[in-house]
Amino acid sequence: MLKNEKRKAPLLNFAALAALFALLVLLMESGVVSMYVRGIIVQCFYVIIMVTSLNLTMGFLGQLTLGHAGFMAVGAYTSALVAKALLQANILTVGPGSDILLFLICMPAGALMAALFGILVGIPALRLRGDYLAIITLGFGEIIRVLIQNLKFAGSKGLAQGQAGQALIGIPVMNNVYVLFWIASLCVVVMFSFVRSKYGRTIMAIREDDIAASSVGLNNTYYKVFTFTISAMFAGIAGAIFAFRGLGTLSQNDFSFLKSTDYVIMVVLGGMGSLTGSVVAAIVLSVLPELLRAAEQYRMLVYSVVLILVMIFRPAGLLGVYEFSIRKWLPRLFDKKEEVPKA
Amino acid sequence: MLSIKNLHIHYGAIHAIKGISITVNDGEMVSLIGANGAGKTTILHAVTGLKTATSGEIRYDQYNLRTVEPSRIISLGMAHVPEGRRVFQRMTVAENLDMGAITFKDKARVETNREKVYARFPRLKERARQIAGTLSGGEQQMLATGRALMTDPRVLLMDEPSMGLSPILVKEIFGIIRTLHAAGITILLVEQNARMALSIADRAYVLETGAISMQGKASDLLRDDRVRRAYLGA
Repeated sequence: MLKNEKRKAPLLNFAALAALFALLVLLMESGVVSMYVRGIIVQCFYVIIMVTSLNLTMGFLGQLTLGHAGFMAVGAYTSALVAKALLQANILTVGPGSDILLFLICMPAGALMAALFGILVGIPALRLRGDYLAIITLGFGEIIRVLIQNLKFAGSKGLAQGQAGQALIGIPVMNNVYVLFWIASLCVVVMFSFVRSKYGRTIMAIREDDIAASSVGLNNTYYKVFTFTISAMFAGIAGAIFAFRGLGTLSQNDFSFLKSTDYVIMVVLGGMGSLTGSVVAAIVLSVLPELLRAAEQYRMLVYSVVLILVMIFRPAGLLGVYEFSIRKWLPRLFDKKEEVPKA
Repeated sequence: MLSIKNLHIHYGAIHAIKGISITVNDGEMVSLIGANGAGKTTILHAVTGLKTATSGEIRYDQYNLRTVEPSRIISLGMAHVPEGRRVFQRMTVAENLDMGAITFKDKARVETNREKVYARFPRLKERARQIAGTLSGGEQQMLATGRALMTDPRVLLMDEPSMGLSPILVKEIFGIIRTLHAAGITILLVEQNARMALSIADRAYVLETGAISMQGKASDLLRDDRVRRAYLGA
């Protein structure tokens, strides 16, 4: 009985996603969604990927990282530059449909490059126990930003000019919310399966007790670097979405330290160790500032107060380690009598 | 089966282990006793590769353990029960046991080993679904031991199993160690509780600030005046 239900779970999850998608289509096609709202929806998608991927490192690996926007920058610039190169070489042209193709070619490039940087940062930082990762990623985020500021091919005037960095312009646009919906969903599903897998349990064991973990024969460094790399890779995907979001420009200011801390705040608010919490926090904290545009100058103030309140009243984050599960919810909705088996 | 020869270990400039040699024969229970900071845990960590030795030799059967990856040592039939009941606090008892055999590909063998562990520790079976952090100290020590037994090891390295336990629980844990030994498992037991360790071990080494000051049959050491004065409080 229970086994049978478990086998149905992927189907059920897919049905739920399809229902969400139908809702999105309905919204988009009904014409109530303006260009402005569309931009916010796209923002939700890349922020969701950023926050869930950061949660892999913070919540599941238990390591603080302060340069997640740096990996996003690597993914954004790589995918944008590859796209520009492809267009310049006339391998692809911008036209209906081909923008999606172009994006699907450039996004993996950004993801791969971000993953590569993840390995480079992770290997020295994660061999050690303790908070070295936070310090190293803090440095990494700033180095990437300053590097971009001074790289000629990234749109800047170059090192010798000594001028402030300029934006990279002329990036093609791919803001098809339907495609992005499935990309974001796929990312979240992959991360979900990752934390539910043997790998996920292994990294949680290392987080719980690294000496015990190595005493059962686990190569801690390998698993830590692997997870961190996955996390960086997804940040690269988020970066690609960001680069193609529609403005056509990228600037190093989009990936400042403050952005990194924004994502950290979202992870903490949603609950370290809850991907559901990350998705909720990402959506709420993307939409909320837009609703509160009038009070924008108080945003950081409100954030700090909210964060302090959450830390006092819900120290594990809003959702703690809770994960939403359709399989457990459906019986409750339709048949109140059927008892939900306790996990 | 396990032989350590002229082992030196440094922590930075500190010379922690100063050329010790220890042998553990097949089927034997050898105890390593000594005060806090004598270097007992360091030696165990050198054996399992958690700490890199400066020089010396660590042989286990035909293997040179100084060149074997720490993650491979389990597959050689050696298991380590680390100091201080290090269980995975937020996982259940069953999940903790599963972690013990996580490097095993053979599912059927994991299953039989789990049954063996449950047969040996019925209390773990009763509490299979309980979160490990909520177990009592003695149960956590059982769980840490059970986790190590999930790989069905030939050699068990035990680090201070009596640490922080009440005298009754210490007796219980030592009873378990005795039955493990009787079941044919070779044991290297590191202990501060010299009286208990010497009363169940075959042979013992006394470690003092990184060097071995005495060794011999455990029963002889138990009667030795110097040991009695320094470690048994008599």
